Amino acid sequence: MIKGAMRILSYPQAIKEAIDQEMSRDHSVILLGQGVDDPKGTLGTTKGLAEKFGRERVFDTPLSEDGMTGVAIGAALARLRPIHVHIRMDFLLLAMNQIVNMAAKMRYMFGATLSVPLVIRAIIGKSWGQGPQHSQSLYPLLMNIPGLKIVAPVTPYDAKGCMIQSIRDNNPVIFMEHRLLYYQKGYVAQKPYLVPLGKARILARGPDITLVGVSSMVIECLRAREYLRETGVRAEVIDLLSLSPLDADTVIKSALKTGNLLVIDNAWLPCAAGAEIIARLCEKNLSRKIKFARMGFAFVPCPTTPSLEKEFYPNAERIAIRAFQMLFPRKKPWEPKNKKNRPEEVLFKGPF
Amino acid sequence: MNTELIKKFYALLFLIRRTEEEIIRLYPTDIIKSPVHLSIGQEAVSVAVCQALKPLDLVFGTYRGHAMYLAKGGNLRSMIAELYGKISGCAKGKGGSMHLIDLRKGVMGTSAVVGTTIPLAVGYAYALKYKNRNDIVACFFGDGAVDEGDFHEALNFAALKKLPVLFVCENNFYAIHSHHLSRHHSDNICERAKSYGMPAMRIKDGDIFKIYKAASRYMEKIRKGSGPAFIECITCRWKEHVGPGDDFHLGYRKKEEVACWKHNDPLDKMRVLLDDKARGLIESKIEKEIEAAFLFAQKDSFPGKNELLKDLFDD
Ligand SMILES: Cc1ncc(C[n+]2csc(CCOP(=O)(O)OP(=O)(O)O)c2C)c(N)n1
Ligand SMILES: [Mg+2]
Repeated sequence: MIKGAMRILSYPQAIKEAIDQEMSRDHSVILLGQGVDDPKGTLGTTKGLAEKFGRERVFDTPLSEDGMTGVAIGAALARLRPIHVHIRMDFLLLAMNQIVNMAAKMRYMFGATLSVPLVIRAIIGKSWGQGPQHSQSLYPLLMNIPGLKIVAPVTPYDAKGCMIQSIRDNNPVIFMEHRLLYYQKGYVAQKPYLVPLGKARILARGPDITLVGVSSMVIECLRAREYLRETGVRAEVIDLLSLSPLDADTVIKSALKTGNLLVIDNAWLPCAAGAEIIARLCEKNLSRKIKFARMGFAFVPCPTTPSLEKEFYPNAERIAIRAFQMLFPRKKPWEPKNKKNRPEEVLFKGPF
Repeated sequence: MNTELIKKFYALLFLIRRTEEEIIRLYPTDIIKSPVHLSIGQEAVSVAVCQALKPLDLVFGTYRGHAMYLAKGGNLRSMIAELYGKISGCAKGKGGSMHLIDLRKGVMGTSAVVGTTIPLAVGYAYALKYKNRNDIVACFFGDGAVDEGDFHEALNFAALKKLPVLFVCENNFYAIHSHHLSRHHSDNICERAKSYGMPAMRIKDGDIFKIYKAASRYMEKIRKGSGPAFIECITCRWKEHVGPGDDFHLGYRKKEEVACWKHNDPLDKMRVLLDDKARGLIESKIEKEIEAAFLFAQKDSFPGKNELLKDLFDD
């Protein structure tokens, strides 16, 4: 933790502060994307920045995702540090050509003669009718691509530190945010600070089982940990934080201690973080020492209707039940008694 | 203009307006747990174009699709049930307001990703030509879609292969809060369409008869094999980009911009062309349909858990 003035900030405030401070520090940082200069300012994360830094540095773009990604890459080649914002991660799919064929390849393909310092912000949608095309969390696709760094900070503290680190990084970084994390509040240092990319974070200690979450699933893991206390189980909770590079060592070390590992992806399961971590664990011949399982989205597009959407996602109750089953396969099934509601789902009543 | 056509126009305009007003009225109760992109203010475009189409013709459109869906004859109950997320919805609740579909009426399914249905419309038109069918496709999209590669690639191919498709750009000047001229160098959407090799025409004032005439004339040619054509309809979204409210407090557009379109409301214009009795009959019939549709949706059940994993593949 960083010393100095700490205040409570919300997740979007932390992101905005990071961008604001970096833009003040470094004239080469520019911010572009659909709606970054509009009255709503990307859910508040870019609000006021166009007025403060001018419209040459903060600008709206046409609805041309692939083309504008290429433009951002071109600017990065000329040593600007663009931050390209997408209000939904789904729209990255239109920019896949520039992201995968160009941004991720260039440094290697040209023998380290150049680099692409680019941040791509991608917000994942959930709940209240986002539906199949506004809720995707596409990091498994991107984890398969060498040359991209991928982070998914969960706390406001990490959001700020990771954003600053991502901006200063000389490589393309996919910076994943989650719409429902925008309701998180937490301590954030006023001064600029860095959170390294590529390191997982242990959020809560416990000897019995290791729960690993990605993005908003970390919050569900923390809630599951509370539920499990009813049964006397004390879970360790790890925020994976970085998907690429993936910090499997921190996870495996914890799992060796607890003997049980449950990975909860914020995505469909095939080729996702859980699959990768468990594969690495098996390659280390630890599959006898550690009991493992994974959870994630139902393997269908996300349905719009709330009655099916709630079945689609893992949640704290299901994570707790699954963890209990793993630990006590012979005991009769248990369910948390006092189900807590999720304030962010109560607060969230609008799509954009 | 003949009275039958005026009656049809009025009935559809009234149906769309009143249905969306009902959505606005109910929205604060949170019974519709889904974003809605309302068509209010833009109804005339869909109504005019869809009236010019024949029943077997097809339409492709966007998340702002309530008007197109209803104008092409899409089932009202299935639409409202879809907004409510119920099992009798046109997509069993799996799609919601942004993904309306009614294949029996030629409504091909709307998409929430800008520009994505334009090439689909062109591909469908290719298949129609391939099968020597005489049906045509109308493809609706906004001024924002013009920014996308899909738009340009699709127009080029449609012209190259002389495909039976009418492109309909609903230019309401905004993509969310971003003005058309802050995204495009000049106000030249029609010129761009022409440069790909198709006739194009702009209708500036939202006049339903003008749109109808232009669309009909182009459709006649398209049906004879002329290849694609393009109309750009200047129009105005009265409400916020998504949701039931006004958005003048945001300051990205002035109240007057919308006010002049409200004075030019096609619904008012049709109303005065009809005698009270004819109008009364149309209105009371539609009010009943709308009431029944919302009641139906309310009573309908949500899809059960067993629906979650169904429908992924056709096998
Ligand atoms: C490919 C893609 N980029 C961005 C978005 C976010 N978005 C949703 S609607 C919209 C505006 C589209 O404007 P326009 O095509 O003019 O249609 P209108 O909403 O005015 O009817 C944007 C940018 C999206 N859905 N898909
Ligand atoms: Mg528009």
